[in-house]
Amino acid sequence: MSRLGTRRWLGDRLVMLFAVLVLLYMLVPVGVVILMSFNQPASRQGYTFDAFTLDNWTNICGPYQLCDSVTISIQIGLLATVVATALGALMAFAMVRHRFRGRGTANVAIFLPMASPEIVLGSSLLALFVSAGFAGQLGFWTIFVAHVMFCLSFVVVTVKARLAGLDPRLEQAAMDLYANEWQTFWRVTFPLVFPGILAAALLSFSLSFDDFIITNLVSGQTVTFPMFVWGAAQRGIPPQINVVGTIMFLLALALVVIGELNSRRRLRG
Amino acid sequence: MTRSDLVLSSVTKRFGSFTAVDDLDLTVPEGSFFALLGPSGCGKTTTLRMVAGLEEPTSGTVHLGDQDISGLRPYKRPVNTVFQSYALFPHLSIAENVAFGLRRRGVKDVKQQVGEMLELVELEQYAGRRPAQLSGGQQQRVALARALINRPQVLLLDEPLGALDLKLRRQMQIELKRIQTEVGITFVHVTHDQEEAMTMADTIAVMNGGVIEQMGRPLDLYENPATTFVSNFLGQSNLVGGQVLERSSQSVLIDVHGSKLLAPSDRARSAEGDVWVGIRPEKVFLAAAESEFDDGSNLLAGGVVTDVSYVGVSTQYLARMPWGQELMVFEQNTGARDSFRPGDRVDLHWMPAHTFLLDATQAADAGVEKEEDL
Ligand SMILES: Nc1ncnc2c1ncn2[C@@H]1O[C@H](COP(=O)(O)OP(=O)(O)O)[C@@H](O)[C@H]1O
Ligand SMILES: [Mg+2]
Repeated sequence: MSRLGTRRWLGDRLVMLFAVLVLLYMLVPVGVVILMSFNQPASRQGYTFDAFTLDNWTNICGPYQLCDSVTISIQIGLLATVVATALGALMAFAMVRHRFRGRGTANVAIFLPMASPEIVLGSSLLALFVSAGFAGQLGFWTIFVAHVMFCLSFVVVTVKARLAGLDPRLEQAAMDLYANEWQTFWRVTFPLVFPGILAAALLSFSLSFDDFIITNLVSGQTVTFPMFVWGAAQRGIPPQINVVGTIMFLLALALVVIGELNSRRRLRG
Repeated sequence: MTRSDLVLSSVTKRFGSFTAVDDLDLTVPEGSFFALLGPSGCGKTTTLRMVAGLEEPTSGTVHLGDQDISGLRPYKRPVNTVFQSYALFPHLSIAENVAFGLRRRGVKDVKQQVGEMLELVELEQYAGRRPAQLSGGQQQRVALARALINRPQVLLLDEPLGALDLKLRRQMQIELKRIQTEVGITFVHVTHDQEEAMTMADTIAVMNGGVIEQMGRPLDLYENPATTFVSNFLGQSNLVGGQVLERSSQSVLIDVHGSKLLAPSDRARSAEGDVWVGIRPEKVFLAAAESEFDDGSNLLAGGVVTDVSYVGVSTQYLARMPWGQELMVFEQNTGARDSFRPGDRVDLHWMPAHTFLLDATQAADAGVEKEEDL
């Protein structure tokens, strides 16, 4: 082998090695969560793998409030996702397709919730709710309102990107081929923008399910899953949390795999 | 009028203060293969889009036969378009792309028609694929099938072959021409390729800067250009400055740098004062300097060969004239005689009947293909 060939060979192998290392780095926490879901800790503060057990999986709702908090998080997540995606997609259409006064300002304004620190958003929302007289009603609905607010930005940005990448000639071609405005939207525009809307919805759900800082400030007595984990961590994390984490991870994995299979099937036609 | 000719009357389109199409009058006879030829940016696409209804004219009207279609929405017009970029629906199969127009008009059983149309463009076996899985040439044929299946009164084609490589382009030109003859629909074919326009179209309209410079059969445009732009954009021309000395009903006598040349009166677009004397390079013969002629040829003497390029079927010469201008001469490689070499002293002569006269106020290099356009 020539010297150049050797260097090439080495280069290729090195790139591969680094790729594997980076992947490992990203996946180690997930692996730990899965492992710990089968752990039977010797003490409450135990973070080491002591013994293998299936108890955590058969008794997920064992720790007080765990399943309640998961249920609340899922309810808020779904509700906020539906509302934020619907509103955000409509906003994105308006901002890409219509020239109106204040469009530039709206474009900047939509970025603000993404750009401002959550702690600031959370505290100002709290101040708003309290001064509007909702101090006694902090809970499920104030969390929902807060989540819709910050998901909205992400939905608008995601759908806008998809819409901006949509060739306007496709819609013109549809109109040229006897599709009126309504048919053009449902036959061409919507199917082509749908992947963007779906991505926005998935993003919204995971943002909502995940959120701690803002939620913590506006939640009153209500406890969401991240808040439950936080509270539990002070006393020692029950291993069932890892079960919930594993299930969430498997669900996400299933979604990705289904999406991938779907797009491959489509390509093969 | 029973025929459904496509008629554009005084159509103007402005984008802000910029006039893309300027007071355009155009009649496309029913059933013809009509080419709209012009350089990039001259307003061809804009013109097509106004016919399709995708752009609203600032003023003027578009008629199809008796019907004024200017105000109709695109989906109400019996007109279909093959877009420059094809604009195939990426989420639909080839068959569904082709069926799109029929379905929107509520045709129930589209299967047979789609099958026939895919057969016409030779893509039967690709019916189930997606556009992204086809080559450029195949996508182009899908775009054509998708438009043609609707049997529009007019089919608009916006540089449909622009994205294809040369060989495929030639093949598709023949194919398109065959299909047009077969279906008998009016084709309005937009292109910036003069060779394409000449080989395909019955009638060509040469467009420049938002106006039609000249319209006619390819042969007439080539042999008898009306403007310097047309003379340079369709093929190549030698344009030499001269002054008109005398004119009769038959011919015009012009002084060109001391030589007396003749041109037929009916080929003179301008026959007073300063004119451009035009001659196509392939019409010119080269002769060794001081050869004798008495056949009544137009003669420009005293040239020196500065460049010889051999291109197989012909040899292309550049000859520098005493007044500094370089003239082009294309000679068939018949093998009947030796070619000239750079530095040879030559005379240029041609038949007066091939001479044309143009308005000297027009720029002599209008429409010349510049390096950066290629
Ligand atoms: N929507 C538009 N807004 C502003 N200018 C435009 C628009 N469409 C076309 N133009 C301008 O009009 C001119 C003609 O464009 P077009 O009809 O596309 O030319 P062609 O198809 O002959 O290349 C170009 O200079 C182009 O920049
Ligand atoms: Mg164009």
